[in-house]
Amino acid sequence: MRAEDPGLYDYLPYYDRPKIAWPNGARIAFWCAPNIEHYELDPPLNPSRTPWPRPVPDVLHYAWRDYGNRAGIWRMMATMDRYGVRGSISLNVAVCDHFPEIATACRERGWEFFSHGVYNTRYTYNMTEDQERAFIEDVKASIRKWSGQELSGWLAPALTLTERTMDLLAEARITYTLDLFHDDQPLPVNVRKGRLISVPYSLEINDFTTLFQGNCTPRDYTDAIKAQFDRLYMEGAEGGRVMCLPLHPFLIGQPHRMKQFEEALDYITSHDKVWLATGREIANHYLTHCYDAFAAAIAARKKG
Amino acid sequence: MTELPSTYFKYPFRRPGMDHERYVYSNLFKRKPVEWPDRARVALWIMPTLESFPLDMAPKGVKPPGGLERPYPDYWNYTLRDYGNRVGFARLFRALEERNLKASVAMSSRLAERYPHVLQEVNRLGFELVGHGIDMNHIHATGVSREDEQEWVRRSISTLRKLSGQPVKGWYSPAYSESHDTLDLVAAQDCEYVCDWVNDDMPYRIETKAGPIHAMPHAYEISDLQIFHFYKYKPTHFVEQVMDHFDLLYREAANSGGRIVALSLRPWISGVPHRIAAIEQALDRIQCHGGVWSATGTDILAAWKAQQ
Repeated sequence: MRAEDPGLYDYLPYYDRPKIAWPNGARIAFWCAPNIEHYELDPPLNPSRTPWPRPVPDVLHYAWRDYGNRAGIWRMMATMDRYGVRGSISLNVAVCDHFPEIATACRERGWEFFSHGVYNTRYTYNMTEDQERAFIEDVKASIRKWSGQELSGWLAPALTLTERTMDLLAEARITYTLDLFHDDQPLPVNVRKGRLISVPYSLEINDFTTLFQGNCTPRDYTDAIKAQFDRLYMEGAEGGRVMCLPLHPFLIGQPHRMKQFEEALDYITSHDKVWLATGREIANHYLTHCYDAFAAAIAARKKG
Repeated sequence: MTELPSTYFKYPFRRPGMDHERYVYSNLFKRKPVEWPDRARVALWIMPTLESFPLDMAPKGVKPPGGLERPYPDYWNYTLRDYGNRVGFARLFRALEERNLKASVAMSSRLAERYPHVLQEVNRLGFELVGHGIDMNHIHATGVSREDEQEWVRRSISTLRKLSGQPVKGWYSPAYSESHDTLDLVAAQDCEYVCDWVNDDMPYRIETKAGPIHAMPHAYEISDLQIFHFYKYKPTHFVEQVMDHFDLLYREAANSGGRIVALSLRPWISGVPHRIAAIEQALDRIQCHGGVWSATGTDILAAWKAQQ
């Protein structure tokens, strides 16, 4: 049966909620999430989604994405190093098997590895509960193997989910999801058992929805990033905000866009009250210092 | 709900390298730097693409960008595309001639047959011809029989060779579309490079059943097709983005060796009066720099191969 709303979170007024205090008085937790992906040339079919716009082999779209792993990611990495911005990588874990050089470079930088599934051409749609549970465990094992880290965060592969995904993430002791876009702060997620929070990702200043979908030029994109930052930084005076910059090496890593990326990072890192964090650090801080107060505020509102 | 079969969770190609056998993975920044003639930092590779869109276009499967989509007879789109092959190309060629620039011209073989003057101009200006299929109603893709596709490749390349007297060593599939066989069939026609793989800024080797062929970089994101036709950006945006692209690669060349700036231009897009100035401006700004080598695909590939 289909529901009217996801039932995953409760209403909480934006300007009337517990105050989030980030470390060192930061107003904003800024984190950068490169999506390191591989799209298979000839993936098996999922009845709910066609992997490529053209018949296999869709050489144009395959190669376009492959650019990110051959060229784009290395340019991004050099730029992020220069500005002291660590990545939290939204990882199709099979990338580690295909291109171990990329996994190694991320690990050596102390970047966080979080899950974006196995391939960006293997969708969660139509998985049974057992299949999805096994899928999550498979990803966890890969993350552990390649990074030495316990998986904390999840962005569903190609943003494809089932109604059970959040419950299964909590069951697998994953602490945060990035698939909910309902807020600019972390919030508790209602799950069957355990604890899960949403951490703001972004589809508004994501290079995919802007540059790839042709909604703005590279210069417009930098302007949008700065405007997003300015407003959240201002609001951060009354309680910590989160800003995520989600990127794709095959898009932002193109030669004609690197200057814009540099400019965006230069702008953000030139501000004082910015916490350059990873997704996991944001989630952990919230879980330790804010979750209970938020949960209590939500419970109090529900009681009326 | 349809349950997914267990094979959905098997990953037969999850291994070091690619999920196919065509080429190996390679980090752009870990390769041996190449040096272009006269120690140029950037090879400027201009590729005007002259496409013939027939009026009786009935595209099945892959629809080529710019294809005729209105009911027959779609004079609107037919004549807009044809404008490129009558007026736009002349304007674009003049811009290149005035700047003493070389070019590799991808051309539908039907166009070479129908408009001999265009081919004469290509030869007069010393431009290189690149195979670009029969026309935009012959899109190479899964669903076309191998026999048909083999004939399309053979016929389009041999027609260009016969009519131009040029060797024709490059191939660019219409609409960047290939079947599983295209590379094998193109290599079998003694082509040395293909332009359909937009995953790199430098050449790299591709394996085929007819021996190796090389992918040449095709900066798809700054092609006029992407910038004007799909993204609908303004001419000033084209100049900005091409120059940003150029500037970065020019800078990178200082440490990483010679780079390639590939400009893919369609006369029905770039050759119209209100856009041509932007193309000229980008070319002028590129040519203001020292260390720019204007070259054909064959020249660039030969220089690159000699250093591998």
